[in-house]
Amino acid sequence: MTTPLTDSSTGDAVGSKAAARAVDVWKVYGTTEDTRVNALAGVTAEFERGKFTAIMGPSGSGKSTLMHCLAGLDSISRGEVWIGDTRVDTLGDKGLTLLRREKVGFIFQQFNLLPTLTAEENITLPLNIGKRKADPEWMATVIKTVGLGDRLKHRPTQLSGGQQQRVACARALVSRPDVVFADEPTGNLDSRSGAEVLQFLQNSVRDFGQTIVMVTHDPNAASYADRVVFLADGQIVDEMTEPTSDRVLDKMKALDTFGAA
Amino acid sequence: MLRATLKSLLARKLRLLLSALAVVLGVMFVAGSIVMTTSLAASFDALFAGINSSIDVQVQAKSKLDNNGGSDTATATIPASLVPKIESAPGVAKASASVFVDGARVIGKDGKVTSGGAPRFGSSWGGEDDLIQLREGRGPTAPNEVAVDAAIAKSMDFEVGDTIGILTLQPKKEFKVVGIFGYSGDRDTLGGSQVVAWTLPVAQELMLGEKNAFTDVQLRADPGVSQEELKKTIEGVVGSGYNVQTRDEVNEETSKDIREGFKFINYFFLGFAGVALFVGIFLILNTFSMLVAQRTRELALFRAMGAARGQVIRSVLLEALVIGLLGSVLGLLAGIGVGWLLGKAFDAFLGSELDLALTVPLTAVIASFVVGIGITLIAALFPAVRASRIPPIAAMRDAATPDKPLTRITSIGGAIFVVGGALMAWGLAESGSLWALLAGVLLVFIGVTLLTPILSRPIVSVLGRIFAWSVPGQLGRRNSARNPRRTAITAGALMVSIALVTGVSTVVASASKSIESLVGETLNAELIISGQQMSAQAPVFDVATLDKIEQTDGVEAVSGYYVGPARINNRNNYLIAMSDPAATKRLIGLKAKSGEVDRVGRNQIIVDEDTADTQHLQVGDEVPVQQIRGSVTNYEIVGIFEKNPAAGTFMTGEDAAKNFQIAQPSQAYVKVEDGASVKDVEATIKTLLADSPEVNVQNQSAFIDDVTRQYDMILRFVQVLLAMAILIAVLGIINTLALSVVERTRELGLLRAIGLRRSQTTRMITVESIVISVFGALLGIVVGVGLGAAVVQALKSQGLEQFALPWGEMGFYLISSVLVGVVAALLPALRAARLNVLAAISYE
Repeated sequence: MTTPLTDSSTGDAVGSKAAARAVDVWKVYGTTEDTRVNALAGVTAEFERGKFTAIMGPSGSGKSTLMHCLAGLDSISRGEVWIGDTRVDTLGDKGLTLLRREKVGFIFQQFNLLPTLTAEENITLPLNIGKRKADPEWMATVIKTVGLGDRLKHRPTQLSGGQQQRVACARALVSRPDVVFADEPTGNLDSRSGAEVLQFLQNSVRDFGQTIVMVTHDPNAASYADRVVFLADGQIVDEMTEPTSDRVLDKMKALDTFGAA
Repeated sequence: MLRATLKSLLARKLRLLLSALAVVLGVMFVAGSIVMTTSLAASFDALFAGINSSIDVQVQAKSKLDNNGGSDTATATIPASLVPKIESAPGVAKASASVFVDGARVIGKDGKVTSGGAPRFGSSWGGEDDLIQLREGRGPTAPNEVAVDAAIAKSMDFEVGDTIGILTLQPKKEFKVVGIFGYSGDRDTLGGSQVVAWTLPVAQELMLGEKNAFTDVQLRADPGVSQEELKKTIEGVVGSGYNVQTRDEVNEETSKDIREGFKFINYFFLGFAGVALFVGIFLILNTFSMLVAQRTRELALFRAMGAARGQVIRSVLLEALVIGLLGSVLGLLAGIGVGWLLGKAFDAFLGSELDLALTVPLTAVIASFVVGIGITLIAALFPAVRASRIPPIAAMRDAATPDKPLTRITSIGGAIFVVGGALMAWGLAESGSLWALLAGVLLVFIGVTLLTPILSRPIVSVLGRIFAWSVPGQLGRRNSARNPRRTAITAGALMVSIALVTGVSTVVASASKSIESLVGETLNAELIISGQQMSAQAPVFDVATLDKIEQTDGVEAVSGYYVGPARINNRNNYLIAMSDPAATKRLIGLKAKSGEVDRVGRNQIIVDEDTADTQHLQVGDEVPVQQIRGSVTNYEIVGIFEKNPAAGTFMTGEDAAKNFQIAQPSQAYVKVEDGASVKDVEATIKTLLADSPEVNVQNQSAFIDDVTRQYDMILRFVQVLLAMAILIAVLGIINTLALSVVERTRELGLLRAIGLRRSQTTRMITVESIVISVFGALLGIVVGVGLGAAVVQALKSQGLEQFALPWGEMGFYLISSVLVGVVAALLPALRAARLNVLAAISYE
């Protein structure tokens, strides 16, 4: 299942440090010249272990596509995608299933909680699917961090948006994945709930060494990350460490003009 | 995962209940028919075991024809001289010889003979015993006296002292009722049969046609002598010409006969269960498809969290299993109830006074679960596989998975249709099997259903035009064209039921038209004498009437038929004896293919061309003929005639009539002289037949009506049973509409927000519903006519020479489908109209 890293062109020194990597990834839609669209045009990027990385870019820049490809949800046209030591783009359905089961977690914009299950049952769902036992200590830690307290037995409809998203975060963390991919996790939340969720994500990186890759178009959300990667027209155009929302906003404005130009 | 599945199942109770209902109805049919037939059979077993309890061994003469199920005991008798020998055999405690034969037809006070099909026994009065108990009067002692059982007395309103007319081997004879008897256990009847009892000589003369003979000798064994031992002894005494049976053997044989009789009923109901279940598959399949579509995001989430494809498939199949299990349990319970009620109804219809004991055999339970769960799993398999193909990425975005092109489904459907058609053709061919035919029909249905999506586009759009005059109408029409697959499967369920009923209607219409043209064109007789066969014995009339009719003013010619079973050329068959072969030839338009067909003398026989072909017979050949009486006689074939529906296969002269059970004719054709009034002749013949109430005289159109009315009755019965399948189809439409309403909540809210009135919303949904159901009915009618045409074509050689379309029925089905559409739309439309506009708009 795991492929030893032998491809010299990718540089083996950093291979062990990156939780996820994209190497010259192309994603092409359409078959004829006229309809061809390069959603991703040769993206090479690394996402460090134990870091919180944000992918930013204007609408249509390919940021969501990049995340889907990194997570093995979408196929790529060319290039390589790695999660840890596993090459993702060549995996079949079984391999991908195992990958999702053991190595990645997801947080969605729409929360995607099952309305019929309680908060707690939602959190343990990935373990149930993989038929794994929860590590009680870790469960307790995660649940404590989510800070739901006595609402664990509640159904999602009885929780606020922020609470729901925190449940979703806990669900992503509970199986201790190598990488958590978050797709606009604050997109459906008011700013206060959004801040809570982002704080939670940040804490999980700091306290548990969790790797998180988050797609967002909100500069404020991006400011919680350790590093921001900027995408425009399917290519990485810039990156920034220790971002603040102002710097990110400035950069985005520049990108918008860049895109329009 | 298991818990998540079960919880989501609970959250959609109503929807799943609807699909479970389809399973319930189908399983109910299966369990009901099995429970009914076993309960009835077991009750009859118990009844006859009780009746036979006083016999240890029974002796009867062996039948001359082995195919006659023992109903010809009248002609295979035990000579009186044998009885003392049996009586004095060692181990016999008591021997009672009696006459007890089917064929004593009591004429009611209204002058008619009625029969529900149960035997009507004529017997010799042997006094009261364990079984027979006089309730009123006394036993017969004089030749003109008779005792009747309480069933006759009650149902026909006879009292002691009344005069009663009875048809036997001889024409109508009148007797004085001197006694009314019942049976042990205070029964009026033995399983619905009627019994009359005369003095022994009268019974012998009227029922056997010979003196000093008996039909049965019943023996009681000495204490310590077993049934088996006694049987051995008696076999030694009577020799090989007789059937000697122990009580157990008699019971076993009766039980076997009864079960054989119920087999047909069982198959019939199981056939309808099959239809109901087949239609149910559509409903379940559609429900699951829609549920899977609704749950796309949820299932994608499972996948994103690492669920394997197999897990998704299993989760959908688990739902199916639960529904199937639920449906099976409810269906089984309902089936037990229905089976019991049907058994009661059947008992009441037969007047058999059974102590109906509810019997639920293990087979009913097993069949219910196998069928119920199996069907649900099969129906859920496709949606389950489709669910497993949902990509995990669908959890990320509003997955508007584009409709796949219909090319694949259409080509597969076309292929299945062709294979089904070929199988049907083979099944209908002479050498084909029924299974091939059924499989063919099944595949044709599946093929058409798969073709339906592509057909739905143009047809639904044309249908929708009718409603396009209003905005709601247009919206409704567009909605029904929105998801061709869903529309197709929903309409498909209705298609199957309507196709079957149209198919049967087509065959019936063609049969009626064939009879009409046959009678009108080939029958050269204005009047027909015939009766409806309601029991094992064909209806007959007094042979003396034939001569009287011939001498009636205005009658040019008469040709009578005597009909009975015979073993001809070593095959079981029916023999017709003609009173006047020359007249027959003329009156039924018989055409000779070779030899002569109008001069059939003693020991001469004519045969139809098909039978001659298959048995390799030619004019001049001799065939051995064994009738119910007499011995094997060689008949010379003097003619081969062209296939004629008014003729039988083997026909001979009047000489053979004496060897039928009753030497009286069953049918006759009468040619009226030119210029004579048919009406007058008919009236005269009617008076001549007054003492032969089993038959009547009819002119051609009345005869045609009479025959076609029987077909119509079959059709009504099929219609009633298929209404059940149509009910399931209606459930399917309701289900589809309800889901559509839920899916389009936001859209409906929007329409309401921009000013669509409640009534308009209702109308929109109703139009959608009507379009779907009319589409289904149209398809069904087309497919049904096709099926009917295929059957008619295949039966051409059996006399179905004309093809007719049942226009009236087809119109009726189409109009019904509009009603079905309206009814099915009621609840979903109400729900749509009641939507809270604001909540609907923000609905996800």
